[in-house]
Amino acid sequence: MTTGAWHLLGPQASTAAARTDALFLAMLLLCGAVAAGLCTLVVVFSIRYRRGANVDRTPPRDATRLEVAWTLTPLVIFFGIFAWSAHDYVGEQRPPPGALPVTVVAKQWMWKLQHREGRREINELHVPRGEPVVLTMSSEDAIHSFFVPAFRLKQDVLPGRWTRLWFTATEAGEFPLFCAEYCGTEHSRMIGRIVVMPPADFGRWLRSGPAQPSRAQYGFALFRQLGCSGCHDARSTIHAPLLDGIAGRTVHLADGRSVVADDQYLRDSILVPEKDIVAGFAPVMPSFAGQVGEEDLDALVEYLHSTGSP
Amino acid sequence: MSASYLTDGLTIRSWLATTDHKRIAILYAIAITGFFFVGGAAATIIRLELATPAGDLVGHDTYNKLFTAHGVIMVWLFLIPSIPSVLGNFLLPLMIGASDLAFPRINLLSWYLYVAGGLVTLAALFLGGVDTGWTFYTPYSTMFSNTWVTLVLVGVFITGFSSIATGVNFIVTLHALRAPGLTWFKLPLFAWAIYATSLILVLATPVLAITTLLVVAERLFQVGIFDPAFGGDPLLFQHLFWFYSHPAVYVMVLPAMGVVSEVLPCFARRPVFGYRAMAWAILGIASVGFLVWGHHMFVSGQSPAASLAFSLLSFIVAIPSAIKVFNWTATLYKGAIRFDAPMLYALGFVGLFTIGGLTGLFLASLTLDVHLTDTYFVVAHFHYIMVGGAVMAYFAGLHFWWPKATGRMYHELWSRIAAVLVFVGFNLTFFPQFLLGAQGMPRRYHTYPPEFQVLNLFSSAGAGVLAIGYLMPLAYFAWSLLRGAKAGDNPFAATGIEWQTRSPPPTHNFEIPPFVPPRPYDYDAQESGPASGLEVKP
Amino acid sequence: MTRDAHALPGVEPDAGKLGMWAFLASEVLFFGGLFVAYLYGRTHWPQGWSGASRHTDVVLGTVNTAVLLTSSALVALGAAAPARRLSARLLWSTAALGVLFLAIKGVEWHAEWRDGLVPGVDFALADTPGAEEFFALYFVMTGLHGVHMLLGIALLAVLATGARRDRPWAQARQVEVAALYWHFVDVVWIFLYPLLYLVSRHG
Repeated sequence: MTTGAWHLLGPQASTAAARTDALFLAMLLLCGAVAAGLCTLVVVFSIRYRRGANVDRTPPRDATRLEVAWTLTPLVIFFGIFAWSAHDYVGEQRPPPGALPVTVVAKQWMWKLQHREGRREINELHVPRGEPVVLTMSSEDAIHSFFVPAFRLKQDVLPGRWTRLWFTATEAGEFPLFCAEYCGTEHSRMIGRIVVMPPADFGRWLRSGPAQPSRAQYGFALFRQLGCSGCHDARSTIHAPLLDGIAGRTVHLADGRSVVADDQYLRDSILVPEKDIVAGFAPVMPSFAGQVGEEDLDALVEYLHSTGSP
Repeated sequence: MSASYLTDGLTIRSWLATTDHKRIAILYAIAITGFFFVGGAAATIIRLELATPAGDLVGHDTYNKLFTAHGVIMVWLFLIPSIPSVLGNFLLPLMIGASDLAFPRINLLSWYLYVAGGLVTLAALFLGGVDTGWTFYTPYSTMFSNTWVTLVLVGVFITGFSSIATGVNFIVTLHALRAPGLTWFKLPLFAWAIYATSLILVLATPVLAITTLLVVAERLFQVGIFDPAFGGDPLLFQHLFWFYSHPAVYVMVLPAMGVVSEVLPCFARRPVFGYRAMAWAILGIASVGFLVWGHHMFVSGQSPAASLAFSLLSFIVAIPSAIKVFNWTATLYKGAIRFDAPMLYALGFVGLFTIGGLTGLFLASLTLDVHLTDTYFVVAHFHYIMVGGAVMAYFAGLHFWWPKATGRMYHELWSRIAAVLVFVGFNLTFFPQFLLGAQGMPRRYHTYPPEFQVLNLFSSAGAGVLAIGYLMPLAYFAWSLLRGAKAGDNPFAATGIEWQTRSPPPTHNFEIPPFVPPRPYDYDAQESGPASGLEVKP
Repeated sequence: MTRDAHALPGVEPDAGKLGMWAFLASEVLFFGGLFVAYLYGRTHWPQGWSGASRHTDVVLGTVNTAVLLTSSALVALGAAAPARRLSARLLWSTAALGVLFLAIKGVEWHAEWRDGLVPGVDFALADTPGAEEFFALYFVMTGLHGVHMLLGIALLAVLATGARRDRPWAQARQVEVAALYWHFVDVVWIFLYPLLYLVSRHG
């Protein structure tokens, strides 16, 4: 098993981890050298120039050039470190297209996960090795944080909005999952594991679970069950916007603004429909706040994404 | 004993109604020491619990309340006030040749505000405690915690006014009461540090005040500012909170740097290297320190653009601190170094602050922080700065100016042993925590996976050594007050104006107007033996 | 309060005034936090924010602004008045206007409570997202401003009493410092007034 920085960092199991470990090692060497150098100087000066020692103590002359040097040198080095980590960080923010989507809902004190095909997990996440996976996460209560040390990745999980984390696992095996944002009594028990499997095994695992509807199918069922299709349908007598292909489309609002119907917009439209009224429609849609939990919301949005362009 | 501020009124009332900055400093010292040991008791139980992976000493809720109590007490009731309100209060007028601060009655008021706030906070802890962490993140603190959050925030709110009052007092004192001829660039660096700290206190503390008010309003009236269920934003809380709390750490460390800049030159017998650069670095840290708060929020869900900006600024703010460390090291070059207790603490500061500061660079690097934030790496980082740095400097200052304030010496050998014990115990306690964090142990964990036990055991053992090192001064300082040898006016042959008056000083500080030296730190390492004026101790 | 020699002969830095300026700097940051929260609400719930702000009483708010501006003029005159008795009368007048301001504010609050605009269980505009948050901020901002007004009134009353009796602690110097505080409280209101009363009024 690969470990990072001479075992200081533990197992290294993702593409991000390899890059982070390289930077960590470089920093360790650099800062270690500086710390060792400074501490050595302090010790050497303390001994050599101790009171009573018979050494030359003529005061040193002006050292402005030295001061400038030890101001500018760290500045340049710091910019270099910043640039390196910024570059890797930006990469961590952009999931590759086609990454396997998984929904994560955190609540006190457990992790609920669901694959797109429908298979659900509690406190465990099975993923294929070598393929990118993107987690869309939200919380039902307090702020939590999804932390996998072996991947060197962490992302806070917030109530009321979705945050995203993507990774590509590089080693098969089991890796601890921790909650890393204090969330109450059993924060330290909100622990799980990531199970990385060879792709073929993962495929088998995915198909072998209890038959479940995919998230989009479940979302469609909710769309009907909650009565959304009663209004948002071409045959309805109530005048409501048609939602086929809505995801990502530009929407013109009653107050003159135009917004892109991103996931946050879709989510708000279900929970707080009076917030952004579409031009040409009356504000008659009721709010579904309190009737749909995080997972249901995600399923509805997943369904809306699946309706494609008309 | 000849007349001094200590003998000028012997009743309790003369102390509780005093406007003498020196007596107020001692009132602060007593209160702060009390709070330090309460916070330390919480830490002791925490380290005892963490010696084993299972939660076998206390339950989950108690543990969560303990680390919250430890943080709240140590940050607001110890670290923020310690050096400014004890050493700053005592020394600032003496260092500038004044007879008191600009507003002596507001100074007394600031002590009462501090004690009142502290007692309200303690009341919340004794009534049942608070379990939100000292950072009070919403919506946990506003919607889900059923502990005494409102009461403890009221305590913090009250204590904040003490900080603001102290800051206003110090700013005006430095502008208005310097002795004739004592221009800004002749001031000791401790005065510069107190000035910059006071600017931060005045500008940052009110933001904490308003944040605590809003959290209390949310808890009591469910208004929906921070609660997403009502359309609020939990990140707004984090921005408001850290906008104060990051500059707050410079409130804790700048005065400590000021102390080190007084002690090092005295015991190396050399002027501080690069005085002007040091003064500008102090101002630089204070101002850029207001621009980096978002580095506590890299994984919070804030935009990547914001994270990039805060990361860059965090690297920039490290530069003036680096300059200071280099300059302190250079101050030792060609010195004539003595290893009295103040010097041991000051040298310890330089080493430990360096390590703490370098690990800060790890945390400023975005991808490293993604892994290390919310782990024990951060806990180790800030304890290196706060404990290895600020607390050691506080002890350096206590030992350096003890003779001036009390007129007595303390036992030199015991004080050096304590300093070494603190240094060793500190590293044993906190260095393993860097490794724990790098391996992924999250912070605020009551129970943890067994693979983390060995390092936790080392850390807990170190805490025992550290505790002994902290308890020893109680003994030998008490002994010093009762039986210590009389100190002369200037037992360390230091150059500050405060050393020109008697030990302990008279109530109005100077019997004759003091002499203002043309330069601060006019030390000469080439002066030989007894001519340096250092007294022989019994 | 300044008892010692100063840094430069002939220049006497006024410690009291400098102290008040430093304190006012902290007050700017204090109210500043609330303005940040206001800005956040305005961008997050634009319709709710402007809709809710139309329910504030713009007539009473405007009257109060006039009252406060007048009081600032009076306190400035009071600080400049060399005669202690005249100064005392002007300070009492300022304090009286301050009390009038608070009384009018009280009337406004009572009306708002009666109309169900106090955030809580029976909030009248609960269907408009952001309206409750607007009024929460409205009450916090005007409430805190009111607390500062109360402290200012007390300060002026004490100084007026002292000035009437020509006490050494109620001379022009001290009145000037108090006037500085009063002007600041006025300036805060000058920012609050348009944000709370005038936004989207034209719409």
